[in-house]
Amino acid sequence: MSFGAAAGGIGAGSLLAEIEDEPQPQQGPARRQGRPRIWRVTILVLAAIFFLGPIIASIKYSLILNSGAYGIGNYTAIISNGAIRSALITSLEIAGIAAVVVVALMLPTVVLVRLRLPKLTLLMEGVTVLPIVVPPIVIAAGLAQLQSSAPEWLIKLWFNSPITGLTPVYVVLAMPFSYRAFDTGVRAIDLRTLVDASRSLGASWFTTLTRVVLPNVQTAVLGAVFLTVAFCLGEVVISTILLYITLPVELIQASQSGNAGTSVALSVVSLVFVFGLLFSLSFLAGRRRGTKASRVI
Amino acid sequence: MSTASPTIDAVKGPAAPRRRGIARASTGRSAWIGILPFSIYVLVFLGLPIYEVVRGAFSTTSGAFTLQNFRAIFSGSQYWIPLENSVILSAWTALAGAIFGTWLAAAVVASPVGSLLRRVVSSASGVLAYFAGVPLAFAFIAALGRAPGGVLTTWLKHIGIDLYAHGFSITSLFGVGLTYTYFQVPMMVILITPALEGLRPQWREAAESLGASRLQYMRRIAIPVMAPAFIGSLLILFGNAFSAYATALALVGTAIPLVPAAINNAINGNVLVNQAGIALALGVEMILIAAIVMTGYWLVQRRARRWLQ
Repeated sequence: MSFGAAAGGIGAGSLLAEIEDEPQPQQGPARRQGRPRIWRVTILVLAAIFFLGPIIASIKYSLILNSGAYGIGNYTAIISNGAIRSALITSLEIAGIAAVVVVALMLPTVVLVRLRLPKLTLLMEGVTVLPIVVPPIVIAAGLAQLQSSAPEWLIKLWFNSPITGLTPVYVVLAMPFSYRAFDTGVRAIDLRTLVDASRSLGASWFTTLTRVVLPNVQTAVLGAVFLTVAFCLGEVVISTILLYITLPVELIQASQSGNAGTSVALSVVSLVFVFGLLFSLSFLAGRRRGTKASRVI
Repeated sequence: MSTASPTIDAVKGPAAPRRRGIARASTGRSAWIGILPFSIYVLVFLGLPIYEVVRGAFSTTSGAFTLQNFRAIFSGSQYWIPLENSVILSAWTALAGAIFGTWLAAAVVASPVGSLLRRVVSSASGVLAYFAGVPLAFAFIAALGRAPGGVLTTWLKHIGIDLYAHGFSITSLFGVGLTYTYFQVPMMVILITPALEGLRPQWREAAESLGASRLQYMRRIAIPVMAPAFIGSLLILFGNAFSAYATALALVGTAIPLVPAAINNAINGNVLVNQAGIALALGVEMILIAAIVMTGYWLVQRRARRWLQ
């Protein structure tokens, strides 16, 4: 999935770019609305059937209990089933830490490259795009190989828990879209003036970053964070290969051990949750620049 | 960045150049130090696994250099069939995703920016394209799984259409491909929307005022302008499906003949002889194919930028 996630990052990047760029001339097709054309209606109906069909089927499926009766038992089982609950907590921890690391690692780097090391821009773009070229299953194979040959202290330090084993790798794999989100965000503001002003008033670099730059690139940061969170909650290939029990791994295991209803229920909940994240982002992003920003995603 | 500096220099006046010169010299080294955390992080968590893959692919179990792993994956059908399947699956899901994705994006772009339709479609596209691997598999099992389970399959059976009797299975290659289109279409919407928005209304107006029909406008202007962006996105979709494994893993596990599943099998020792080496050689093969696709993407992208700025 990561090729997609990452490559989509290019899309996300260019979408973000459009938000922050100067307004383009108003789109032509927009003026043609009001005359719903047959081709438009056709594809919208087709898409609604194709995309909503499986979701509606999931909801129905998740409401049927093992006994055959209807009920919300599968949803309450998400909380009461210990294995699923602990996998959910693991995944949320990974996502939370990854979100913090992404901001702490990428924002200063992007600012630094932009202000002081512009000659590295191309290299940065190349490096952050690398995870697209390397599929997640291959990263997983490399990590498994590392795990089998690494000295014991490294295994203890790195691979012993899913948090340390997966979070750093997820941050890297989320780079294609997080880097682009930060980069377009930082490009859109007058970074040099802001930083010079802040520094000349005696602020430290840390203060400048957290209290001057960060609030000015809020939308980009939120975009990067939300997409990173979505990626961390969804990633399954690497955690399966490395035998960590994260949420999607547990979903698969639960469905194989006769709890398919609960798995489907949790799938529905997680889809709605991530949709909520991205949908709210479209409004948050719109706050500052009016309507243009609905295109963050 | 050069856009901001002239104004600053002007404000600072004559003293500025010297001050800046000093600042540059003294921050030069600290800037390089500042980039260290990122560099080390990427080297360790991305560079190291890739290095392990490449090194292992060219090594025997005892660590000596060998090409045996590559000979193994390119001789005999055991690893050709997954490669063939992966390429075919990626190609048709990319094509289907690109066509329907462009069509859907065009329909959505026609509604005003900030409208509910746009917000919903863009958020939903993000969810399905970035996140939905495993939940997607479950949604399709719930809808199209074998009769007592699958909601849609059961319903169709009631009205006399027995999908599974006609050879359909959600765990077949075609079934998996069908689930892939579920994230390929949204990915296309994300990728092609900026290009569609770049189609200037003036071009259409100019064409219309010169007497062009709708068809002529499409054939002579819209399609040629969009072609590079479309082909570029098509390549991304191909790579997307080629490297995707989450959905297939949840649907079928390792039993499906695709390259990622072959790697998974080899890692887990489900095949004979130097399995790790074979997994890593397959990994190198995947990297090479993805690299070729990305190179094609960049070449096309360069052209796309000419019109759609």
